[in-house]
Amino acid sequence: MAFVKRYLIPRLIQYVLVIWLGVTVVFFIPRITPNDPVMSMIAMMRARGSTLEPGSMDGIINDLTEMYGLKGSWLSQYWAFWGRLFHADFGVSFFQFPARVNKLIATAMPWTLGLLLTTTAISWTLGNIIGGLAGYYSRKGWSRTLDAVAMVIRPLPYYIFAFALLILLTWIVRWFPITGGASLGAKPTFTWGYIKDVLWHSALPALSLSILGGAVNFQTMKLIVQNVNAENFVQYAKLGGVTEGRIVGKYVIRNALLPQITGLALSLGQIFSGALITEIVFSYPGLGMLLYNSIVRGDYNLIMGITIFSIVGITTAILIVDLTYPLFDPRVRYD
Amino acid sequence: MKILRDLFKDYRFCFSFAVLVIILIMAFLSRFSPHDPTLWNVVPKDLKPSVKYPLGTDSNGQDIFWQATYAVRNSLIIALIAGTVSRVIAILVGMVAGYKGGTTDRVLMFISDSLLVIPLFLIMVMLAMMVRKFLNLVVLGLLLSAFGWAWDARVIRSVILSLRERDFTKTAILTGTGTVKLVLNEYMPFAMPLIFSTLINNISWAIGLEITLAFLGLVNLTIPTLGTMLNWAITYQAMFLGRWWWVLTPVFISVFLFIALYWLSVSISEYLDPRTRIQRVGAE
Repeated sequence: MAFVKRYLIPRLIQYVLVIWLGVTVVFFIPRITPNDPVMSMIAMMRARGSTLEPGSMDGIINDLTEMYGLKGSWLSQYWAFWGRLFHADFGVSFFQFPARVNKLIATAMPWTLGLLLTTTAISWTLGNIIGGLAGYYSRKGWSRTLDAVAMVIRPLPYYIFAFALLILLTWIVRWFPITGGASLGAKPTFTWGYIKDVLWHSALPALSLSILGGAVNFQTMKLIVQNVNAENFVQYAKLGGVTEGRIVGKYVIRNALLPQITGLALSLGQIFSGALITEIVFSYPGLGMLLYNSIVRGDYNLIMGITIFSIVGITTAILIVDLTYPLFDPRVRYD
Repeated sequence: MKILRDLFKDYRFCFSFAVLVIILIMAFLSRFSPHDPTLWNVVPKDLKPSVKYPLGTDSNGQDIFWQATYAVRNSLIIALIAGTVSRVIAILVGMVAGYKGGTTDRVLMFISDSLLVIPLFLIMVMLAMMVRKFLNLVVLGLLLSAFGWAWDARVIRSVILSLRERDFTKTAILTGTGTVKLVLNEYMPFAMPLIFSTLINNISWAIGLEITLAFLGLVNLTIPTLGTMLNWAITYQAMFLGRWWWVLTPVFISVFLFIALYWLSVSISEYLDPRTRIQRVGAE
């Protein structure tokens, strides 16, 4: 019970508050910025060459105001906004009319989720294991070499790294297909051929995200392990004749892994943003590409839908990681 | 001077110093540019690097070298505005939260935690879309600074929290030192090295985010920055058409800049931490 009272309930309250804050910010952005979304929408329709009859203008303005949820006072708009969110209804997309935003997000989601889960799992596991070993054997040559490589990769932003990798592997050495989620015209089926095609096309974005995320995990883990190494219990285990493999695997890495779980939870938002950007660089058909298309076409409803969906998704993922933390750390079991 | 001598024993500091000096010279050179960076077709198009055009020319008819000097200068201006303003916010929030404690602390930390958790990139995209028309260097800098303070406010707060419990705080309060004076005169010197190292990281973050937003076409593309240069090169398919000098100029400059900033911050914070300093430069 103590666990529920002291850990679970405050954490759940925080979860709800963060979502509330995020959604409120999203609600206010188009309302406090000096840009009228309805007017800019009409300007864009004109620029695209659609002719608007003078008489139909008022009707269009009226319809758009309603579609954007800009009718009535701010307070009633705010209530209506939440009402729509609870029904998970983000309205229709303007430029893929009449496709619903929900449907577009649902189509793109599995791609992003697959890429994100795989690469985060790979970069977290490999980064921590290799980083842990490199921290324990920090005086060996291979450890120093890996550290030097991580020092170069770590500071690069997702976009620059992805772009550099794209130039290197598709133009200079030409090992990989340049873009897309699958070959053009390939039909999504559950055949080995199609799956192989998808994996081959997602290799580059996955490689990019794994290397960058892995470098970060490697460096932090190496640092933590170097600190754990200096603790008495490690010295004692060595003097007591415990084998090195056992010390590294059983004691050092497991102790150092705890802050890395918190680190994972804290950086999920950044990893997600990075994945969106990486998708755009490699034209990978996930949420990032959907976001890019909606930016280019000024599809505000779609961007809002993606943003709110991501806020809820990321905070939920972080909540789950946080709630599993007591399973790993016996000191925070609260019973 | 001794500090500098010690720092120069670190190869990472030397590298960063050299790269940053070159980049600052480039930014300064933009004042002597023979061309207006916003004008097109001032030089022949698509020329390879030569003696006359050291980095070649692009498909807009602009000299890439001089364009790059402006790009570096503008990117640095954005990053410096973002870095300084967000530092001011971070210091204020961190100090107030750490010193006041209680409800103020909880509310401020809730806001900064939320900023850490929410995928900010998407919020930035929404904001940039809305204010795209007004996005000049200063507005973009301010926009970035509004989101870049959360982590550093937390760091500063934790420093203040530990300082508040020390004896000198009690002595100062008992002898009648005001809160503002206590915080500015007594606490700031402790927090200063930390604030400086977060400033470097923040500058790097701001440059990276500007490049990303420019890649999405969300900034004013007529102002040359590292991001907009790359955006033009990609829009014109420079790589497919074999104009490598156009694409690679902003890519190389930014890669070197990011590595230099990161190494600078690592070498300085290792120097500030006495345990690692002894390993590196030896005890005195």
